[in-house]
Amino acid sequence: MDLYVLGQQIVNGLVLGSTYGLIAVGYTMVYGIIGMINFAHGEVYMVSAYLTAIGLAVLAYFGISSPWLLISLTMVFAILFTSLLGITIERLAYRPLRKANRLAPLISAIGVSLILQNYVQLSQGAKNQGVPTLIEGVFRMGSEDHFFQITYMQMLIVVVALIAMGLLNFVVQKTALGRACRATQQDRQMAQILGIDTDKVIALVFGIGAALAAVAGVLITLNYGSFDFFVGFVTGIKAFTAAVLGGIGSLPGAMLGGILLGLAESLFSGFVNSDYKDVFAFALLVGILIFRPSGLLGKPSVEKV
Amino acid sequence: MKPTPILELKDVSVAYGPTKVLHAVNLHVMPGEIVTLIGSNGAGKTTLLKSLYSAPAPYSGSIFLNDFDITSIPTHEVSKRGMSLVPEGRRIFPAMSVVENLAMGLVACADKSHEQATLKKIYELFPRLYERREQRAGTLSGGEQQMLAIGRSMMAKPRLLLLDEPSLGLAPLIVKAIFTTLKQIAADGTTIFIVEQNANQALKLADRAYVLANGVITLTGSGAELLSHDEVRKAYLGAH
Repeated sequence: MDLYVLGQQIVNGLVLGSTYGLIAVGYTMVYGIIGMINFAHGEVYMVSAYLTAIGLAVLAYFGISSPWLLISLTMVFAILFTSLLGITIERLAYRPLRKANRLAPLISAIGVSLILQNYVQLSQGAKNQGVPTLIEGVFRMGSEDHFFQITYMQMLIVVVALIAMGLLNFVVQKTALGRACRATQQDRQMAQILGIDTDKVIALVFGIGAALAAVAGVLITLNYGSFDFFVGFVTGIKAFTAAVLGGIGSLPGAMLGGILLGLAESLFSGFVNSDYKDVFAFALLVGILIFRPSGLLGKPSVEKV
Repeated sequence: MKPTPILELKDVSVAYGPTKVLHAVNLHVMPGEIVTLIGSNGAGKTTLLKSLYSAPAPYSGSIFLNDFDITSIPTHEVSKRGMSLVPEGRRIFPAMSVVENLAMGLVACADKSHEQATLKKIYELFPRLYERREQRAGTLSGGEQQMLAIGRSMMAKPRLLLLDEPSLGLAPLIVKAIFTTLKQIAADGTTIFIVEQNANQALKLADRAYVLANGVITLTGSGAELLSHDEVRKAYLGAH
């Protein structure tokens, strides 16, 4: 086995995995707090890819050319807009169905997903869009024709993902806001009786999940350079797989699941067949659902009474 | 002018969907009193407490807290008006530490300046909670969880404390300790409204009592009166 190839695939896997983890957080937090799978979450990520292109174009129009300034301003713009989108989706498509049976919000989510895909296709066109490369440069190890490498963009992805996850973990574990989220997750009515406006908390969770999807969206878009209105589907289901792999409802699980899925997918495409990497990822999803539905860090699922 | 009750229910009727549970209940609690509501399983005791929090709200009648109409105001607004609930089955947050659970009791307070002093007082009442303050609440024993639920409700310095079957599932010795603590809390100036199936303990503690049967108040009187009342003795105290 070529160690350089192995190293390269591990690096690629970590980069891919940290973006899966960021998106998976949105699935897992929403599931944790209201027990539904938000199948529109992948589309939220897709919208953030378009926001990246729009943000960059607007900033370029104003003559801003420093890559760091471009990236951070675009990031802020995408996060704000996307979290607003997440909150709006919850308010319009899920909250009215809070007391309906479990299937209703799920179907509503698929509806939102179709609306977003088609709206973006109509308004932005069906063809592939692109953004310019902002960060060049690469760190290489090995000889001239035998090496593995990490681009500076890849490093940025991992660093930003780690910071975002760390920040989220801090907010959830150490702040009053995070405590309100956990209380709402553990016993919603008791949280209300103690004075927490749980509707606000649920909206906030949608906002946070969408914000992290936007972080991933901006980073992935800058890394790959191209996207279309359909990118949310596959990436969304991959991130969902990551959330299930880690144990849906568990925050560390989403992060771990993301990294593991990224690694597994990368190694599979490096050593077995890159055409079948999606098939492999979804076969993994089926496998987990059959043999360990509670995931790696999830609690064994007990039907709520 | 006669003093205003801290809590007053006027012709309160509550239903879960088509199932009517409470029928025109009238009840009041004066400041400084300990009042108990006794009744058998299914009489509607817990429903009565829940209706104070609009969960569900009454379909007719009104509820006043300190002369303020709280009928049907959103659940999370109620606790901001000086009332705390120790719910049936304790309902602490099992995955949180003891300290975090106590902090949850403070959410309803706009002014949180009393936090440290109140925390100290709660730890004095329940030294066990202090010993286990960093422990996950789900790992506490039933009695300790009940102490935690009471402690949590006191964090907001409520003027009115509601308790729903604090004796449920606890050993007699612990029940006794809990009731002694409640007496202390009342002596510190908190008004207490306690709903119990354990009528004996509750009636001994209470200044006044109500009996609820099939959603209707059937009897009322001082705690001592009801303790010696024939029907109450037969139905709720196990006398023959």
